[in-house]
Amino acid sequence: MNDVILQTSNLLKEYPGVIALDKISVAFRDGEVHALVGENGAGKSTLIKCLSGAISPDSGIIELGNEAYSSLTSALAKEKGIAVIHQEFNLVPSLSAAENVFLNAKTSPGFIANTKEREKMAAQIFESMGVSLDPSQTVWGMSPANMQLVEIAKAISGNVKILIMDEPTAPLTTNEVSMLFKIVKDLRSRGVAIIYISHRLEELFEIADRVTVMRDGKLVDTKNIEDVTRQSLISMMTGRVLSNVYPERDQKIGDEILRVEDLCGLGVEHVNFSLRKGEVLGFAGLVGAGRSEIMSVLYGAYPKTCGNVYINGQLVEIKSPSDAVANGIGLIPEDRKNHGLFLFQSARWNITIGIIKQLSSYGVVSAKKEQQTAEEYISRFSIKVSSPDQLVLNLSGGNQQKVVIAKAMALGTDIAIFDEPTRGVDVGAKWEIYKRINELAESGKAVIMISSELPELLAMCDRIVVLCERTQNGCVPKERFSQELILSLASGGEEDIYE
Amino acid sequence: MSKFFKGALSQKSAFAFYKKYGIYVILALTFLFFAFGNETFLSSKNVLNVARQVSMLGIATVAVTFLMIGGGVDLSIGGQVAITGIAAGRLIAFAGFPWPLAVLAAMLLCLGISIANTYFATKLNIFPMIVTLGTMQILNAMSNVATNGVPIYDMPAGLVNLGQGYLGPIPIPVVVFAVVVAIAWFLLYKTYFGRRVFAIGGNPEAARLSGIDVDKSRYAISAIAGFTISIAAILVLARNSSAQPNPVAQLPFDCMTACVLGGISFGGGDGKLGGAIAGVFIIGMLNNGMLLMGVDPNWQGAIKGLVLIAAVGIDCIQRKPKKVKLRHATK
Repeated sequence: MNDVILQTSNLLKEYPGVIALDKISVAFRDGEVHALVGENGAGKSTLIKCLSGAISPDSGIIELGNEAYSSLTSALAKEKGIAVIHQEFNLVPSLSAAENVFLNAKTSPGFIANTKEREKMAAQIFESMGVSLDPSQTVWGMSPANMQLVEIAKAISGNVKILIMDEPTAPLTTNEVSMLFKIVKDLRSRGVAIIYISHRLEELFEIADRVTVMRDGKLVDTKNIEDVTRQSLISMMTGRVLSNVYPERDQKIGDEILRVEDLCGLGVEHVNFSLRKGEVLGFAGLVGAGRSEIMSVLYGAYPKTCGNVYINGQLVEIKSPSDAVANGIGLIPEDRKNHGLFLFQSARWNITIGIIKQLSSYGVVSAKKEQQTAEEYISRFSIKVSSPDQLVLNLSGGNQQKVVIAKAMALGTDIAIFDEPTRGVDVGAKWEIYKRINELAESGKAVIMISSELPELLAMCDRIVVLCERTQNGCVPKERFSQELILSLASGGEEDIYE
Repeated sequence: MSKFFKGALSQKSAFAFYKKYGIYVILALTFLFFAFGNETFLSSKNVLNVARQVSMLGIATVAVTFLMIGGGVDLSIGGQVAITGIAAGRLIAFAGFPWPLAVLAAMLLCLGISIANTYFATKLNIFPMIVTLGTMQILNAMSNVATNGVPIYDMPAGLVNLGQGYLGPIPIPVVVFAVVVAIAWFLLYKTYFGRRVFAIGGNPEAARLSGIDVDKSRYAISAIAGFTISIAAILVLARNSSAQPNPVAQLPFDCMTACVLGGISFGGGDGKLGGAIAGVFIIGMLNNGMLLMGVDPNWQGAIKGLVLIAAVGIDCIQRKPKKVKLRHATK
């Protein structure tokens, strides 16, 4: 137990304009949960990509047991027992759970794949994980938690020695997280080295044995978890002492700007709320309660089945996102990579795409106006780019999120809908996003904020609408804010449905 | 160590160079190969001939570039060229239309077909590849039915001049090609419409959520593509001075080959018009050069295919991992 199983020395990886990994030397031992933390852009993902063979380091050595490599390939990493559970799911939706678990595995000799046998073997893996999941069910339509279980089963189906988990708890609810931790601890007791990346610092104290902190491509330190506190981790990550997790806001609440009456759509029913200028309205609920769904109906991305929407007292018909934009509603979607960004275009391009017509005369884009607008929003939202021409693909998660916000606000948005604005974003960038949201509210914009992190909603919002099982179950004013009340409303006063 | 590092860097920059300018290197190599390999290749008569041939392919490739950057594809453009030529030919030869009117009507028909493709793709939610696979079959069949397999001859001199005539020393199709490229470049890179083409091709859902009317943009793209294809069709008709039942069966595939050679992403949202045009010249020179050198026509497709795979392949080569010999570090 606890021999070094994987070690890097002086790993260096450079991208144009940035050193992603600056001579990283770190050792991982078997039978430990080794947490890897750092802000977005600190180099965690790059390190993991080097360890899993997705990219080649420019120099340095990766040692696996007794062998040293200058770089790995995915196949080699897999052969050596390195498995990765990425932040984004890597499943084939049209195939069954069992086929996904054994996606690239021969389960019997010969050419013929025996479906029954593969399902049985998958069932055994699920059983060893202590979960009940039908292996013949297709991934299509599974909950994120079940998809995560399939990912884990896939990772441990081979002879896994080193399991890398990138933000495994991000899509999970509280109960699901404790189930995941049980599985992780079980793997650890079987001698697997687990490299665990998370932005939720609290959970590290529950699950990790050691923690390595990275900042700006450099390794700050590796410590035993007993020797650090949440506060000390944050200051190691940010290089500064963070006194306040949530920035202050001047409350300047004005007239009603939006009123929603009995809105239904996408299976969500009877949602009523009003929103004032300068107000931050939270939307709480469990995963699947319908928060994002009702907001995409409000935004016109999906048709509404009933209900009325009033903006500044006027009844409006929003039938498409372009109608919503025309009425001053902006959306910062949860899935920023697929719904918010054009990854292969520059920051300037992304920020201006929504208003590119306004930056044109007679259909011709004014390069000058475009540049000015981009620069204005880059500085207003403190987006860290080497130049406005930098590809969004190469930005960190927090900066990508700021580009999405800038793009939405550039549209002349008065009502900004933030769907999980801080998901997958590190502590420092979170604070900045909170700050931007507060500034928007202070400047008289109205903000709707969907979040699965209750502390964040409690700190940021003036009121919180709670959804439960696809309908509204209360609207809590600030003076009655408490975690218990909102959780109880979110679960409808009944038993937790996510047992 | 530093030597190794330098080596890796220069290797890396060579790849970066290839990614950016590789298409032009291949273009130059193709040119040099035929220029030195065949004495008639650079004769003024042949150069003009190549230019004319390249113009037809190039104009169609501009249309395909718009479609592909916008995330679409059209397999039926060969059929569109055929049916447009036949419609114009029949109107002139059998209905006695004055040729400009017949040409205009035929061009509108082509525009309509292209828009209809998009209508089926968006309204019925079918992949453009599948819709146009269907319309390709339909149009090919209709071309054969409408001509009975026999070309329609005797096009008026004014029309034929468009395909065979000159403006000063330059063949008219070459002039048209240049104008089409200039307008397309302007539309794609200078107008907000061009931005939207890239946006809906790169990430249609993000485009929709950004308030872009994706369907409307798709119709606009197909209208531009249809119009551009109709220009190519009229030039083909004029050059042959007859409406053939199936004049350009290979067209969609040659156009897509040119686009992919030139770095236009098959998934949409990425690529440069200049690359696609370079791709057109490569295909055009291969077609002509192989003919001059007496390569069996049956083999010509194979050569084009090999060039495509080789060119894209070099782009995608990844360095293999190396095991380094080292003393083992202490644990």
